[in-house]
Amino acid sequence: MTPRAIAELIQSKFKPEVAEITEFGDQVSVLVNKTRILEIMSFLRNSSELYFDYLTDLCGVDYQGRKNERFEVVYHLRSILHNHCIRIKAAIPEKDCKIDSVVRIWAGANWHERECFDMYGISFTGHPDFRRILMPDDWEGHPLRKDYPLKSDLGEAEWKGFKEVLETVERNKKYEVR
Amino acid sequence: MDISSFYGFLGTDTTDFILRMIIMVAKIAVVIVIALLHVAYSTWFERKIIGHMQIRLGPMRVGYHGLLQPFADFVKLFFKEDIIPSSGDRPVFQLAPMIALFATISSLAVIPFFNDFVIAKNMNVGLLYLFAMSSLSAYGIILAGWSSNSKYAFLGGLRSSAQVISYEIALALSLVGIMVLSGSLNLVEIIEAQQKHWYGMYVVVQFPAYILFLICAFAETNRTPFDLPEAESELVAGYFVEYSGMRFSLFFMAEYIAMIIMSCIAVTCFWGGWTLPPVVMKALPFLAVVPGLVWFLLKVYCHLFLFYWVRATVPRFRYDHLMSLGWKVLIPLALANIVITSIVKFLF
Amino acid sequence: MLKKKELSINMGPQHPATHGVLRLVLELDGETVVKCTPHVGYLHRGTEKLGENRTYPMALPLTDRLDYVSSMSNNIGYCVAVERLLGIEAPARAKYIRTIMAELTRIANHIVWIATHALDIGAMTVFLYSMRDREWILDLYEMVCGARLTVTYPRIGGVRCDIDQEFMDSCYKFIEDFPKRIEEYETLIDQNRIWLQRTVGVGIISAADAINWGLTGPTLRGSGVAYDVRKAAPYDAYDQIDFEVPVGKNCDVYDRYRCRMDEFRQSISIIKQCLDKLPDGLVLASEAPPYDMPIGKPRVMPGHPMGEILPGELVEEKVPFDELYSATEVPKGELGFYFVNDGTARPYRMRIRAPSFVHASVLPKLCEGSLVADVIANIGTIDIVLGECDR
Repeated sequence: MTPRAIAELIQSKFKPEVAEITEFGDQVSVLVNKTRILEIMSFLRNSSELYFDYLTDLCGVDYQGRKNERFEVVYHLRSILHNHCIRIKAAIPEKDCKIDSVVRIWAGANWHERECFDMYGISFTGHPDFRRILMPDDWEGHPLRKDYPLKSDLGEAEWKGFKEVLETVERNKKYEVR
Repeated sequence: MDISSFYGFLGTDTTDFILRMIIMVAKIAVVIVIALLHVAYSTWFERKIIGHMQIRLGPMRVGYHGLLQPFADFVKLFFKEDIIPSSGDRPVFQLAPMIALFATISSLAVIPFFNDFVIAKNMNVGLLYLFAMSSLSAYGIILAGWSSNSKYAFLGGLRSSAQVISYEIALALSLVGIMVLSGSLNLVEIIEAQQKHWYGMYVVVQFPAYILFLICAFAETNRTPFDLPEAESELVAGYFVEYSGMRFSLFFMAEYIAMIIMSCIAVTCFWGGWTLPPVVMKALPFLAVVPGLVWFLLKVYCHLFLFYWVRATVPRFRYDHLMSLGWKVLIPLALANIVITSIVKFLF
Repeated sequence: MLKKKELSINMGPQHPATHGVLRLVLELDGETVVKCTPHVGYLHRGTEKLGENRTYPMALPLTDRLDYVSSMSNNIGYCVAVERLLGIEAPARAKYIRTIMAELTRIANHIVWIATHALDIGAMTVFLYSMRDREWILDLYEMVCGARLTVTYPRIGGVRCDIDQEFMDSCYKFIEDFPKRIEEYETLIDQNRIWLQRTVGVGIISAADAINWGLTGPTLRGSGVAYDVRKAAPYDAYDQIDFEVPVGKNCDVYDRYRCRMDEFRQSISIIKQCLDKLPDGLVLASEAPPYDMPIGKPRVMPGHPMGEILPGELVEEKVPFDELYSATEVPKGELGFYFVNDGTARPYRMRIRAPSFVHASVLPKLCEGSLVADVIANIGTIDIVLGECDR
């Protein structure tokens, strides 16, 4: 099926949920409401004509000040059987920064969702092992948010673990061979 | 055990006694020094052999073709800081490498290097003594793994103890055929017994036992493909992961001496020790001018080469496969060999 | 009463078999792994964040540092994605050169893979044999662009410079010689009983599970799924090349090993076809953005929906965002780039879908219930590079 046809099928099935369908090149994105995301995803996964068995990618995007809802979670789905793909997006407001986890549908979403939380602070409810993944567990802030600075003027104070490292270095100086 | 023969050198004459004592100590010193030199050069030999097998050169910088490399390594290890884990069991940690080294070194006492050159002459339990010592050296490994208080070392120690116990049995059983044929446990007598036959080597009649023995020898010395206790990709270094400097090199020496000892046992029990088969001597009598030690060492070097060759060739066993190989294949085969050898010996 | 307690060991981040800085917390019951928890992120350098703050050509060298074993493939993946986004068409010759480079990289990557995988399992000699052959490929890289590891040879809209006859000759010689080298590796390990014992029936993941976990590349194809981006969504010259996608059927470490060994041969055939068919012409499209493309002032592509670009750092108006996901088949699997473009010369969002990241996440599934030694085999078989995993 062409991406356009898939998008229309989703629209006909979940009429009130689909907010927007955009196209770029041969790729189509469907912006949906986050409330029924699990339902939509299960439909895409299990429907025999769509059969999106493979979650290519899951990531977040921060549209601070550029769109009405600050975050979006982007799902790239592909059906290996039918060789077609679609992009599903779910808008997430900053105030209610959470969405249902799709780990039960695609096991591979596990680490992607953790990364999405790590980088954007979007919570995924129902995730089996929800914690940071790339950043240290005690890191403050979510680095890929647009209001997170690229380079901090705080220097060494940026991460409190760094101070610990410096202290350890200081403590172990006595073992140094001169 | 014949006590009088073991303490036979205690003559009534005191000067005679002291003289014998000096000769004895000199003999031991010579053997140990030569053995340690062999350890040094077997590391060089190994690195060269494996290097050339792996299309590289091995050590080249220290001396001509890296000939002084072992000494450079020794000096480096000797001057390295000796680190003892603060949470480890200090006395046991210090003791373990010594147990490993001394147990293996003392095995040299019964090996007949050439005609009449044995430190413990007339030791009529020679083979048993060798088994005892190689089991003892396993204690060094287990204690090292335990006292390091490191999980990797501990796992290595556990693996080693299980492996050594399993393969010790098959190792001993594979040599029972030799005992049956020669009717002795004394290594010199085993060699002499082989000379009575035209082929002069028990490997001809005991070939399956020889293969079994080799496999078990690899396992007993923790060499590839049985190097699980020190599998560097799984357990980093296994039981000696916490050791450094001289203590590490003691383990290292112990491993190489164990390899040499195993080669010596194979040569003595299966390849006729320092002798050549009578049929060869009859055909080529001029070979008699070559000292027996040369043949002995040549045979030992071939076995060492085999150790290195295998190391460069095969991957590592998995723990459960190792165990099932030991218990389900090697031990039954060794037992079958004993039965068949005994029947044949009884019939003819 | 005796209490039973699992021994938990910390494998990595400094461990010879974890291919970098992967850390696994294993809970062992004897030698059996009860629980395996991977921890990644030790090599996190914020490549996505950096990419969002650079122009498209400037972000290209960042992709070298993702999978540093096959940097050329990452470059190509990035360039293909940006070309699709900006509507640039690379000249035919550049496409063929890129295809040659991508396949050389596939060989180089699989060489490193077989080397480390065999070394982990204990076959040491394969490691040195394969490193010898990788050297040749690195020399070929050096011949075309002067760099050996982090090459940045492809450009958005083509490649940096043309290949010469010397490269062609050397490349022909390489594809002629290399099949013999593959046989050498196979002689050492293929029918070795210990190798078979260590790999057959180990790390089984069924086809359905493999797809569900999002595995790609040879890791997925070992389970019998013939999904290859080169076939499913061809890019560069792959639609004009005839090649097969090797698949396994037993879903175990051995089949994944066989898949990669067969890919060696397929790659050689692809390189040969490309060299034979190599068309003449330019190697860089005329509309390719300059390397020092200024921030906020990109070249305007004729007929491109991006239109006129506003100068300055940020566009405060709500302009429509272009979104594009582009996947390429790098040696490790599917490398995807997802761009959100707001009309400036910098990506508003640059997402890298790294195959290693997905593959590392499947480790608990592969390892739990197996032995410690199998963990090593499993880490090897999924072929991860932590630079790509942590980005």
